Amino acid sequence: MSRRPLVREVPPTSWYFRHPLYLRYMSREITCIFVAAYCVLLVVGLQRLSSGPAAWEAFLLGLRSADSIVFHLLALAASVYHAATWFGATHKAMPIQIGEDFVQPNVISGAHYVVWVVLSFVILYLAGVF
Amino acid sequence: MAKSNKPVVWFPFAAGGTVIAFFIPVIVVLTFMAALGHIPPGLGYEKMHAFAGGGLGKLIIFGVIALSLWSSAHRLRCTCFDFGLRADTLVATVLYIGAIVGSLLSAVYLLRI
Repeated sequence: MSRRPLVREVPPTSWYFRHPLYLRYMSREITCIFVAAYCVLLVVGLQRLSSGPAAWEAFLLGLRSADSIVFHLLALAASVYHAATWFGATHKAMPIQIGEDFVQPNVISGAHYVVWVVLSFVILYLAGVF
Repeated sequence: MAKSNKPVVWFPFAAGGTVIAFFIPVIVVLTFMAALGHIPPGLGYEKMHAFAGGGLGKLIIFGVIALSLWSSAHRLRCTCFDFGLRADTLVATVLYIGAIVGSLLSAVYLLRI
């Protein structure tokens, strides 16, 4: 006797429209496109920095364009969304148990947010923004 | 016991995800200010060159770039699969090699500074 196995028809390119949860998953995943592109920009910047003052100044001036502003807005939105989803998952990735009880999820995520904000302000301060 | 290369891929992925979350948004803000024409004083050549010239600075810059690249490459691999591109071995090879080349280039540029 043979039974036919259950084969679920899953459309390979449009499955994520089936459930809001899948869409949220995909929106989190596509942040990596902008982060990866931004990392490439960082590598290019490092190359310019190693080539001397003129090359570095030209690199900074080259950032001043409408395309660059749009790209930075996309990269900023993507990286902030990545950070929010990453910190939101921390209590699942590393639950902390004290005695019988687990530490509240929002305490663990909240601590990450606090560190994130403090760290960001320290870096802005070190970069002389204020 | 079957050997798995997953921990090798996963550890830098998790570390990179954390690095991206903590550092990339604020770095984007800094270059965004430059894009708007208000270059932060800390992004001037003297300051950046001094920062990248020190051992700690080199380590921080390399760590942020290499881990972010690897994490993005791994996630991009998963994203390609999720969008229906099922040539996973090819995609993984191209993306991981890209991340490794980017990291090596960063190291070379840092050593030149």
